Amino acid sequence: MWDYTDKVMDHYEHPRNVGEIENADAVGEVGSIACGDALKLTLKIKDGKIADAKFKTFGCGSAIASASALTEMIKGKTIEEVKKITNNDIVSFLGGLPKEKMHCSVMGAEALEEALAFYRGEKKVADPDNVGEVVCKCFNVTDQKIRRVALANNLHTVEEITNYTKAGGGCGLCVDQIQALLDDVWKNENTGKREHVKPKLSFLQKVKMIEKVINDEIRPILNRDGGDLELVDIQGNKVVVRLFGTCQGCHASQLTLSGLVEHKLKELVDDSLEVVEHEG
Amino acid sequence: MIHWKWWNMKDKTIYLDNNATTAVAPEVVEAMLPFFTDSYGNPSSMHNFGGRVHRELEKAREKVAQLLSCEPYEIIFTSCGTESANFALRGIMEAYPEKRHIITTKVEHPCIKNQIPWFDERGVRVTELRVDRKGRLDLDELSAAITKNTLLISCMYANNETGVIFPVDRIASMARERGVYFHTDAVQAVGKIKISLKDLPVDLLSFSGHKLHAPKGVGVLYVRRGTKIRPFIIGGHQERNLRGGTENVPYIIGLGKACELAAEHLFDENNQVKKLRDKLEKGILASIPNTEVNGHTEDRLPNTTNIGIHFVEGEALLLALSKENICASTGSACASGSLQPSHVLRAMGIPFTSIHGSLRLSLSRYNTESEIDQVLEILPGIVDKLRAISPFKNLEDVTHFGTE
Repeated sequence: MWDYTDKVMDHYEHPRNVGEIENADAVGEVGSIACGDALKLTLKIKDGKIADAKFKTFGCGSAIASASALTEMIKGKTIEEVKKITNNDIVSFLGGLPKEKMHCSVMGAEALEEALAFYRGEKKVADPDNVGEVVCKCFNVTDQKIRRVALANNLHTVEEITNYTKAGGGCGLCVDQIQALLDDVWKNENTGKREHVKPKLSFLQKVKMIEKVINDEIRPILNRDGGDLELVDIQGNKVVVRLFGTCQGCHASQLTLSGLVEHKLKELVDDSLEVVEHEG
Repeated sequence: MIHWKWWNMKDKTIYLDNNATTAVAPEVVEAMLPFFTDSYGNPSSMHNFGGRVHRELEKAREKVAQLLSCEPYEIIFTSCGTESANFALRGIMEAYPEKRHIITTKVEHPCIKNQIPWFDERGVRVTELRVDRKGRLDLDELSAAITKNTLLISCMYANNETGVIFPVDRIASMARERGVYFHTDAVQAVGKIKISLKDLPVDLLSFSGHKLHAPKGVGVLYVRRGTKIRPFIIGGHQERNLRGGTENVPYIIGLGKACELAAEHLFDENNQVKKLRDKLEKGILASIPNTEVNGHTEDRLPNTTNIGIHFVEGEALLLALSKENICASTGSACASGSLQPSHVLRAMGIPFTSIHGSLRLSLSRYNTESEIDQVLEILPGIVDKLRAISPFKNLEDVTHFGTE
């Protein structure tokens, strides 16, 4: 049995905005019965705002919940606001989805995207998922879609791609091809391509974020092994820390500093940070 | 008599998923208990304390043999049905390395199906026989597939998803005539239909305890006397040197008791249980439009029905049933963890409009008529609700979807 959040169960049991708007201004239809899930989203748009949204879904509990959540999220919002909604926003709204069910949230985001394209008068031709070469023949997923979803959700493994797009989840013949696509997508990973994701921070913001990451992310890990860590000072990009408990004098403490502390801070705050141990 | 709190709680749950697992019979639990406490001796020990346990173990073996009409000597205890099936195929393969071909079907349980890559890697060719729309085999195709190189045919006795029973007697005779070994995965059949190995020339047969009201964690491989097979677990002399490891005594005792009970209830399974199944099936077909039975309705286990409910998705259906304390299962992709729907229903060529909405209901002798009535009362409303949400009401909707 899947581990669904209460919010998912609530939206599954009491789906909001079920139905079809007649003479809708925008229609998005994605999926198919063969794939096991399908979603039809209809929108009424007035003065640049989503005046009404309704959906019909063929699919599992999380597909129904994702579609219901989406309609709640977009009603009353402007087109500009709605454009920015991603599948991750649907997942957050629902308090999380099992990883194997991420494709349900992707289906929601795609239906929205298609509906907005419909509204702009672009119709099917502009559907980004129908462009490109079909990689997964079982679920009809193109290379373009795999690239797009991988980038949008920071996906690095074939398994993640399968959870988000279903690609590779059928006969499995395309698994190598998906891996090659991922290799290509992330080949520039360490050359600064992803840097733009992190906003430029003021010094104060940086200090606050470092403190937060140390307290929320790093110390709990050290505490598990009976160790601890204290932030002593921040000098430019140099983060000075002191190790306690079992960490202190542990022969692996250098490894802890560079492998865990510095890695986490670089990943979550700023790539240029350097961690040193307080002397004396 | 021990008071079973969990057993009394079961009135709340309507359990119609007996092909997945079954309730342990209270008599079985009772038979097992002394072997966790007082009678903890090792059956292999030389003292009488262990010897007494050994004698009880052999009595359990006799009870299993009685249910199957075979010799106790031919019963090997294992840990589960999957172990038995692995034991059977690999044990024979290793005993006859010169033969490099086995035949099975496209609708086998993963315990057979997922062994195929292992054989592929070792240069053993595997032929998977097709089934028709009703889930039946073509015996001419089987006959044509047998070559001089064929060592073994492995074919399930009855299918776990549809309940369709294969003509095991004819397959076994054909295998015998052509000098090919025959293994049958009888996990779903033992205890539900009469199996007499005295009259049925199968060489190997697998089954597991938890499908017939014994606990999980015990299984059987029947190996016909004179069959050359290599051991599966190498260790002590237990189980005729074929399956090392100290016997799982309490569970084996439980399985013995469960087999004794199964023999007593075989008539009920094919009458009372079958009647309830038929009532449930007819009721669903009559009250819910766009439904059909998947699989042959005659050559079928008495407890199983697999119904395709068009235009709804199975996992959503199960969630709603679960909310009403009704346990069932589906062949839908979403419920499986893999993304592909049931390989059995696909092999049968069931259309996608129906395959994702397949509902398997499997009964046991513990189900009551009032439970069936409750399901018949609740299910149509659930289907209505899901169909109201679905963008598909008919085939036309399906074909036009996404073309707007």
